[in-house]
Amino acid sequence: MALTGLEIFKQLPKTNCKDCGHPTCLAFAMALASGKASLDNCPHVSDAAREALDSASAPPIALVKIGAGERQVELGNETVLFRHDKRFEHPAAIAVSVCDSQSNDEIAAKVGQINKLVFDRVGQIHNVNMVAVGNCSGDAARFAEAVKVAADNTGFPLILMSEDPAAVEKALEAVAAKKPLVCGANAANCEAMAGLAKKFEVPLVVKGSDLNELASLVEKVTAAGCKQLILDSGARAAGGVLTDQTQIRRQALKKFRPFGYPTITFVENEDPVQAVVDAGVYIAKYAGIVVVSSADPADVLPLITLRLNVYTDPQKPIAVESKIYEILNPGVDAPVYVTTNFSLTYFCVAGDVESSRVPGYVLPVDTDGISVLTGWAAGKFTPEKITEMLNNSGIADKVSHRKVIIPGGVAVLSGKLQELSGWEVLVGPRESAGIPSFVKQRWSA
Amino acid sequence: MAVTIAKERWTSKVNEMVIGVEPNVVKVGGDSTLPFLHFEGEMPNKPVVALEVWDMEPPDWPAVLTAPFAGVLGDPAAWAKKCVEYGAGLICLRLAATHPDNKDATPEEAAQSALKVAGAVDVPLIVIGSGVEEKDAAVMEKVGEALNGRKCLIGCATVNNYKTITASCMVNGHNIIASSPLDINLAKQLNILITEMNLAADRIAIDPLVGALGYGIEYAYSIMERSRLGALTGDKMLAMPVICFVGQEAWKSKEAKTEDNEEWGAQERRAILWEVVTATSFAQAGGSIFVLRHPESLKQFNTHIAEMMKPNNY
Repeated sequence: MALTGLEIFKQLPKTNCKDCGHPTCLAFAMALASGKASLDNCPHVSDAAREALDSASAPPIALVKIGAGERQVELGNETVLFRHDKRFEHPAAIAVSVCDSQSNDEIAAKVGQINKLVFDRVGQIHNVNMVAVGNCSGDAARFAEAVKVAADNTGFPLILMSEDPAAVEKALEAVAAKKPLVCGANAANCEAMAGLAKKFEVPLVVKGSDLNELASLVEKVTAAGCKQLILDSGARAAGGVLTDQTQIRRQALKKFRPFGYPTITFVENEDPVQAVVDAGVYIAKYAGIVVVSSADPADVLPLITLRLNVYTDPQKPIAVESKIYEILNPGVDAPVYVTTNFSLTYFCVAGDVESSRVPGYVLPVDTDGISVLTGWAAGKFTPEKITEMLNNSGIADKVSHRKVIIPGGVAVLSGKLQELSGWEVLVGPRESAGIPSFVKQRWSA
Repeated sequence: MAVTIAKERWTSKVNEMVIGVEPNVVKVGGDSTLPFLHFEGEMPNKPVVALEVWDMEPPDWPAVLTAPFAGVLGDPAAWAKKCVEYGAGLICLRLAATHPDNKDATPEEAAQSALKVAGAVDVPLIVIGSGVEEKDAAVMEKVGEALNGRKCLIGCATVNNYKTITASCMVNGHNIIASSPLDINLAKQLNILITEMNLAADRIAIDPLVGALGYGIEYAYSIMERSRLGALTGDKMLAMPVICFVGQEAWKSKEAKTEDNEEWGAQERRAILWEVVTATSFAQAGGSIFVLRHPESLKQFNTHIAEMMKPNNY
């Protein structure tokens, strides 16, 4: 929460010396509050005041970066409890784990599978984000070797899952340049782990046995100079993870500083289907990182899709590309449906054309991602724009007829559209669910 | 370092709805907290599942979905019994045959189907029409009458046909499903219209017309979160439990219908997860009644809910 000008003013020297370029300290405070000035402009502010003001103006959840290069993962900077309040900023990272008790070949094979967890959804690529290596063997040298194998086989950032500082140090000697996440510090090892994280300049997971211990450990680790932290409350059962994640987010937004970092969750449900379900809960409810063990695309696709949906900006309508979409391999006599490029509208129409089992073309007109009736009312779904789409999309070369189906809600457009485009206009159903029966009764090329 | 647990002090709660008659009632709603935050309030009733039964053989269900119902798909009573064997807490009878494009079954025929199903099982019933508003009104008038006194949940009432369906609920003692397209204000408006006809608010369930995972799930998700927050802060016209028709949406998706392939994995696992994760995500947002199709989805959903219902107080 940002400070008001008056709250800032209380921390300033109140000398009105004008060294900052403002006529009074109050004017400077007002400029600070609105983000138009920086505290650095005041040469006289006390260290205590600077610290108080810096921490009050910092975001409630720190931005943490894991990995290096184009696959780097950014987490944090979240500002709300509910997506409808504004939006969720940095999508939860999905990490898939391997174990150092597996052979090098097995590790390489699984990492290969993880690399392939890339899905195309309406032209956008979505994938998992990290590979987590577990120190199941308990052996430091073996851990370092397994980490090396994983690093050699993937471009994804790594999570080094070991609570043994010796094992982590050996692994970091090999892969520190890739900025892996060390996972991590607990009550027993936090000094050694904080030392390693500082020495190698890598982010660190802090794990408490409960929220109280977590808060104490975070204070210790930050005092040791580590600022790139990820929180683990220690909960592993789904219900406990949900409540701890909720608490951590609430506390962070109330500016309880020890919880002002992204979180990590681990799916340890032994039932493979329940494991996916638990991971879904964590994605919806505030997890920064979700570590799963399955690299089966049937398990990962629902999670990636859920993340995409939950992290969609509710204030920005999502649009599909305005082009010809071919449903069920349509031929020259297939019907042509015009709609808008609001993604939900497009998906409804495309889905219902598919369920009609009559192949067809769907042409979403670019309405800046708004729906049919809103687009019509806003002058973005007009006979002119539909004509432009019919003329420029190339649909005329794909079909032998000249008939276009428009949504029933905008039947009023048909006269003008027919006149402008020269295409015969058929008024379709008001709801896309009516497409199957409409096309059966009304369509012939 | 002691952390002071952040608890919200909610002033109100979700209405509790009773479906069915003793000794086989199902209660939903009554929550005085956000979903599963037991440290903060009560969640007296767990989210429940109804399995879908049709009054005709569904024409476009994939084989993974029809397989568990082999031999009963043409017989709604036998199908409903099978669902109860699979552990369904309620049956949702979809009167698809009444659709003009299907068999255009008459309201009287629909009432007969409903009676057969009601006679075959003890669990409470949800009965919905084919989605053709005018026809649904005529159908629900007769169905409501035939099921008089069984305290079913019937619908779906829209702003265009709610009067007839509300009247049928009032005369015959049923609960009503109020459907509105993905808009919290329209949902609220319809609840006001229905209560203005003097149907008690605790006999209304909100149907926000949910989308499946990947197909607009986030819209209904946020509407549910907002209406739950409304309910907890005292908005009586948003305090209704929410019903989610997940099965019909999940099984329409490409991800559920596409056969085994290397890129997407095995169809059965993927399809069931599509239905379950859609449902469990809505449970996190505040859904109370879940209409599903596959018995394995029912089982997985209930397993998950049992875990989430365990106390997690600080």
